[in-house]
Amino acid sequence: MSESAPINNRSESKASKRVTSFNEGTGRLAAILLSPTLIVLALVVLYPIVSALRESLYTSGTKLDANGFVVKGSTFVGLDNYAAIFSGDTGSRFWTAFYNTTFFTVVCVVLETVLGVAMALIMHKAFKGRSVVRAAILVPWAIPTVVSALLWKWIFQADGIANTLIGSQILWSTDGWQAKLSIIIADTWKTAPFIGLLVLAGLQTIPAEVYEAAKVDGASVLQTFRRITLPLVKPALLVAVLFRILDTLRIFDLPYVLVGPHKPSVETLSMLGYDEAFNTRYGPAAAYATVLFLYVAAVAYVFVKLLGADVIGEARAKLPGGKKKRRRAIAAPGAAEASLAGGQ
Amino acid sequence: MRFERSHTRRAVALGVASSLVLLASACGGDSGDKNSSGGGGALEGHGPITFATGKDTSGFLPKQVAAWNSQHPDEKVEIKELPENANDQRQQMVQNAQNQSDAFSVLNMDVVWTSEFAANQWIEPLPEDKFPDLPKLIPATVETAKYRDKLYAVPITSDGGLLYYRKDLLDQAGVQVPKTWDEMLAACLAVQAKVPSAKGMSCYAGQFEKYEGLTVNFSEAINSAGGVVVDKDGKPNVDTPEALAGLEELTKGFSTGAIPKAAITYKEEEGRRAFQEGKLLFHRNWPYVYALAQKTDGSSKIVNKFGVAPLPGKSGPGVSSLGGHDYAISKFAKNKATAVDFINFMASEARQKVNLSGSSQAPTYASLYDDPALNKQFPYLAPLKASILGAQPRPRVVKYGDVTAAIQDAAYNALSGKTQPKQALTDLQTKLTSLITQ
Repeated sequence: MSESAPINNRSESKASKRVTSFNEGTGRLAAILLSPTLIVLALVVLYPIVSALRESLYTSGTKLDANGFVVKGSTFVGLDNYAAIFSGDTGSRFWTAFYNTTFFTVVCVVLETVLGVAMALIMHKAFKGRSVVRAAILVPWAIPTVVSALLWKWIFQADGIANTLIGSQILWSTDGWQAKLSIIIADTWKTAPFIGLLVLAGLQTIPAEVYEAAKVDGASVLQTFRRITLPLVKPALLVAVLFRILDTLRIFDLPYVLVGPHKPSVETLSMLGYDEAFNTRYGPAAAYATVLFLYVAAVAYVFVKLLGADVIGEARAKLPGGKKKRRRAIAAPGAAEASLAGGQ
Repeated sequence: MRFERSHTRRAVALGVASSLVLLASACGGDSGDKNSSGGGGALEGHGPITFATGKDTSGFLPKQVAAWNSQHPDEKVEIKELPENANDQRQQMVQNAQNQSDAFSVLNMDVVWTSEFAANQWIEPLPEDKFPDLPKLIPATVETAKYRDKLYAVPITSDGGLLYYRKDLLDQAGVQVPKTWDEMLAACLAVQAKVPSAKGMSCYAGQFEKYEGLTVNFSEAINSAGGVVVDKDGKPNVDTPEALAGLEELTKGFSTGAIPKAAITYKEEEGRRAFQEGKLLFHRNWPYVYALAQKTDGSSKIVNKFGVAPLPGKSGPGVSSLGGHDYAISKFAKNKATAVDFINFMASEARQKVNLSGSSQAPTYASLYDDPALNKQFPYLAPLKASILGAQPRPRVVKYGDVTAAIQDAAYNALSGKTQPKQALTDLQTKLTSLITQ
């Protein structure tokens, strides 16, 4: 008795062990296989964010000692760097930049969406020379932002092509509405093809039968567009628009090169952060970066919530029980990814 | 070591900040205690060193360094070429200093960086007796290399503003080269009245886009009218009648059309193009324009038609802002004795003479401007000497980046008519006071 029971137990425990050890083994293997990726992610995504947050609570190099030397070492100042952003002189500069950033995002993305969809529809049509048109439309997107900013700078200079064409002398790079307009034109020119490209990909997944059926039913062109094309292309379009929003929120190189720094009419939040970092005030720079990061994350979250943009993939989002959770998780990685993508 | 690592990241972060504001300061780590690891100004040690300098557009610098290297095989100097843009050069030098890296030994610095680098103790203070040629240099250029009356660098090249004018048109109208602003305006009106081909030309332009050039032009206008931006004791004193007279001269130019509206977008090159295309009668620019405006490849319409003079002022010759470069020794470098020798070598009259004829960079020896052979090669040397001898440094302040931004803000708003000159100067005085008094 006393012997059989342990044996029995042993065999039972063996059996159960086999099951769990199989699970544990796979789990462990998965963890081992994934850990390099997770470590890299932690290093390149998490660490910079955390250390930027930490840096934003410090300040250094702002005082001179009696001999005229900068006092070394950084001091913990709590939320002072943040408070300084929103108040006084810096405050009005911040709110102007905040307004500009938002203004560019709204206006540019709306224009780009309209133009991009139009481009996609043209590229989607079967006609002679379609490949040439596709290539031509994609050229602006292929040019680096800084280069296209220089290109537009030449176009918009006092004796440039733009002024020759309109037959008057508008000084585009001076502070004012015209500077804003030049940014909108250049940005739309450059990035509408991006939306066009993603929408085109969406268009090509719509089966031709749907359109044939619509034709048989006698639907007008407009009806076909509104009732068939738009809804079916919506998932792709929303992802494209979300990416453009995140991109435009951190717009830097275009206004910096095309119009120039320290011009209130085009100064954006990224430019403020850069300016602080350039003058070796890393604490305030990190504070600006953090504020921008939060703004980008909030906008992305709201966009995803309201419109249900499907960043990760429709099929996976529709997994039972996973939908809500995943959607909630989308915003932050999306923002981080787009911000980390560097120059567009 | 920990300090060094955290600052490497700070430096890397600064680099990506332009496109990646998220990481604008992905660093962390407190600055710790930075003790003067250079050994309190001991300029000792011989051996190989490096020389960090902006992109050498003349292509002449390697020859200068090769001359040193052939004489000093055991103390070779290696050129570390930085970007062409001055802001990028400064940024790399700042990063290097914050890493406490010994990668750069001798720094080729813009004259306006001295105070910031000295106050942060990124560069070594230099005992004047180790630089025997110092008393022979133009005093104004040596001033740019000082911080709180202590020498931190040695001026190697200088630069001053010049007035380019259309000699052919002035001769046709029978007017003299102007020495004051009023004379310049009168000369312009005379030319426009008497010379039919000058119709539609503008009188004058400088560099008025919102960038460093505007600080230069604004300071020149104010200094030329007898005012100061920052006085000798380092205190801002810009809300004065003299300064107002200087600024009003510029705003009046814009409102009367003597300065073309488009000049608010001019940097050096835009203005040079306008002058070369025959759109301007008078133009303020640097000496480099001379060779380009004399080019016979068709790019210039004014070959042999222009002359060069010192800048005009309110009631006599004007005051130029001082440009140029100083060589300093990084606090964290090795072989500082070699660095001293190398700077003395580059600062010598013989080397500066070779450099002038090879790269047309203005020297810091007054004597070289009187050399007959060089004068033949560079006909602008005489007015340039006058310009540099009477020149003033731009504000010598630790927070130069913020100060120049504030000056540009005030000047740009006044020139574009957004604020009245008086108001602009009052605002600027307040701003500068908060930036400079700490």
